[in-house]
Amino acid sequence: MTEHRLRTPLSMEDVKKLRSGDVLFLSGPIYTARDKAHALLRAKGSPVSLEGAALYHCGPLVRGDQVLSAGPTTSGRMARYAAEILRLGVRAIIGKGGLPAEPFLGRAVYLAYPGGCGAAAAQQLRFRSVRLQELGMAEALWEFEAENLGPLIVAVDSHGGDLYRDVRRSVESLLGC
Amino acid sequence: MRDEVIEAAVRALRRAETSLPDWVLKLIKAAAELETNPVARLHLQFMLENAQLAESKGLPLCQDTGLPIFRVEQGRDLILDFDLGEALAEGVRIATREIPLRPNAVDPLARRNSGDNTGPGIPDLILEVVEGDGLRLTAFPKGAGSENMSLLGMLNPADDPFDFIVRTVAERAANACPPLFLGIGLGGTFDLAARLAKHALFSLPGNSEKEQGLQRRINMLGIGPMGLGGDTTILGVKIESAFCHTASLPVAVNFQCWAHRSATEVIR
Repeated sequence: MTEHRLRTPLSMEDVKKLRSGDVLFLSGPIYTARDKAHALLRAKGSPVSLEGAALYHCGPLVRGDQVLSAGPTTSGRMARYAAEILRLGVRAIIGKGGLPAEPFLGRAVYLAYPGGCGAAAAQQLRFRSVRLQELGMAEALWEFEAENLGPLIVAVDSHGGDLYRDVRRSVESLLGC
Repeated sequence: MRDEVIEAAVRALRRAETSLPDWVLKLIKAAAELETNPVARLHLQFMLENAQLAESKGLPLCQDTGLPIFRVEQGRDLILDFDLGEALAEGVRIATREIPLRPNAVDPLARRNSGDNTGPGIPDLILEVVEGDGLRLTAFPKGAGSENMSLLGMLNPADDPFDFIVRTVAERAANACPPLFLGIGLGGTFDLAARLAKHALFSLPGNSEKEQGLQRRINMLGIGPMGLGGDTTILGVKIESAFCHTASLPVAVNFQCWAHRSATEVIR
């Protein structure tokens, strides 16, 4: 497992270095967005620049400006928005469970944070600002400062590598379908 | 006694949200030692670190603090002169403010969030009558990741229910935060199968031949923690069954993520 440390905003050069199966620790500003924020980004555009951004599929637990628990949510629910979001310049989507690999080709990476590890993630994130707070705590667009957020597993890379697809293929062949 | 129930509900929720039962930690530790895939091992170790951190800092393990479910075992000689569901709801409201918990409960159509994790039907109350005059209260907050992947099949009696379970897990596990616990409801009716599956999650881990065989069969698939590959997909399986109609074969698969959060308080 090759280990990388990178800082946002991410360049295409950064993205190209990452191969599926590598481990990354990411620092710098990141944005959370899940179901409602994605629908709103599609309808009204993004209230922040997403050029080189890392977008975190996360509905955090926050009290005041204290991030208490902030692990990943299931990315599959946001699959319908992925291609559009990546066209806005997002270079990394962080979540769990994976997304279709095709829109990441030559453009971005999908990073898997260990699901359920919200307390650990909160130690690696500091509050910066919040937008779309009217959507509620889980659905708002939070800006966090990440300090070595990880371990992030490069699950889908920009070269066509995809750990989920590898697992799916092997499962299908074992089940004989 | 109403105040005692409210306080017990808050205590049980706090413990469930910020620590894992010892038997769950033991299973994850044992899996981490046997796991041969490095990415999978990294995950299992990080999950243990996360549990330790949550407990030492009193933080919720997972930001999805779940939808509140309570299992209540009520002694048949105990008479309650208050509304138990209302008292538990009050406990949830206090726990939401104090622990704190993320407000997760919304109206299913308007998607309006009540802000306090309660609403019509929530907290869900699973009531059982037992011997004695005491009250056992188990808080079982259930996250959406694993609940969303759960499935009920009304099979043809000629179908193999174990094939259905294996295929269901193969298709859905990656999104349910594996390694998983499976609650299986076999037989009954449409809703009884689902209730058995949920109830089975209280009686883990199962150790019958069928349960262990199912666990081995799924772990051979190599889905691994978070669906990224590995030997550890299932940590435990429990099957609960009931008789069903001669024309029916209901099978319910209730997924539970590795963070099997539950805590029990006993009131005498």
